[in-house]
Amino acid sequence: MLALHSRHRSLALLTVVVFAQVLLLAIQIKRGDQVRLIRFWSVSLIAPIQRTVSWSTNKLRSGWRNYLGLRGSAQENAALREELARLKLRNAELEGRAAETDRLSALLGFRDSHRDVPMIAARVIGASAAGTSKTLYLNRGEADGLRRNMAVITPEGVVGKLIEVYSDTAQVLLLNDKESGVGALLADTRTQSPVGGTGEPLLVMKYVTSDEKVSIGARVLTSGQDRIFPKDLPVGTVASVRPGNPFQDIRVRPAARLDQLEEVLVLLAHQEHLPQKAAPDTTPKSAVKPASAPR
Amino acid sequence: MEIRTQADRPIEVHKFYSGAIFGAAALALLLQTFLPRKLPGADLLDLPLLVTLYFGLSRRNPSTGLLLGMLIGLLQDSLSHSPIGLFGISKTLVGFAASSIGSRIDVEHPVSRFFLAVLFFYFQLTVLVVTRRLLLAQPEAFFALNPLLAALLNAVLAVGLFAILDRLRKS
Repeated sequence: MLALHSRHRSLALLTVVVFAQVLLLAIQIKRGDQVRLIRFWSVSLIAPIQRTVSWSTNKLRSGWRNYLGLRGSAQENAALREELARLKLRNAELEGRAAETDRLSALLGFRDSHRDVPMIAARVIGASAAGTSKTLYLNRGEADGLRRNMAVITPEGVVGKLIEVYSDTAQVLLLNDKESGVGALLADTRTQSPVGGTGEPLLVMKYVTSDEKVSIGARVLTSGQDRIFPKDLPVGTVASVRPGNPFQDIRVRPAARLDQLEEVLVLLAHQEHLPQKAAPDTTPKSAVKPASAPR
Repeated sequence: MEIRTQADRPIEVHKFYSGAIFGAAALALLLQTFLPRKLPGADLLDLPLLVTLYFGLSRRNPSTGLLLGMLIGLLQDSLSHSPIGLFGISKTLVGFAASSIGSRIDVEHPVSRFFLAVLFFYFQLTVLVVTRRLLLAQPEAFFALNPLLAALLNAVLAVGLFAILDRLRKS
């Protein structure tokens, strides 16, 4: 027992003595990079601890931020969501204004290029209450000079005609309504045929005989025969052609985006008062009334 | 003086005349610094090692053995250009190991002393090499012809030296 105790004491002493000398060596020795070994050891010893402490601190901080610190985040989140919704609304409003500006700019450009044609810009304020009819309501009415059967167009093409006019509003029958129709012709062959609505997005060109060659993509223009729309306004393009007897089944895609109308132009004169061609650069200088911007 | 180990085998612990240990150590250190300048090949000798080994084997007390080794080693370091502690560590371990072995095997016979000297020479060399490699980043070969020659030379010297040092024991 005594020997065992003595041996342990010797081992402890040996450890202390060797360790002390190792430290002594470390204090004296410089490594290749002129760093004293004791410093190198100290750094090597401390660095992992520092890294561990730093890692733990970061984890704790992260945990605090991500969990404990989020106690008040519910309210903040709600406020942010509210702010986001408000900003989205604002953004949509601004986008709408920007789009409106573009549209108005296009209308203005169209009006400027047809300065001699009396027209008035109107804003779409409503649509049909029933899905079976394709109508719109405008913010212009009789007080603005609107009358029944006046042509409604956009720079892209024909929209429809006024079917009812009130003091300060008017109802437009869109071109794709079943009851609607426009005198038209194929731009390439000048083949005339009325184009009417079907209640579907595509129009139908009704009376083109089977011996007429009609190609898909062919442009369809107003013929002026209906005495509502001026001649050569874009109606649309041929979307499909099916052979038939005696008439082909020709579907026309409207040039105007009838389902996305927001501003339109109302031609203030009936066709008989208008020049025969309302296309740019060909319009005769016979202005009746200059156009005005939508209210 | 006689003590008993765990195996109840009596081992003899030698006592030395007062000042004999420190005198022998000081003389060894002095000769170690003196002889290589006068005697070619004397740089192969390690008299402090032999003194440490002898007193460790004789005293058979690990604590005193390692302390004596530490003292001799540190003095050897201080008298050389090596970092203080290099030989200190090695001779501390030699003193401890020698004291531990001394109570287990026969260390009185010249042949065993010869082999013990060789063994501890390489033990010290190993500790030195490891210390140099680990602490000083100084690569040094473990085995070479020169150390072998030195080990043999020191072992031969140890047989004679130990016999002389035996005379310093108290009867």
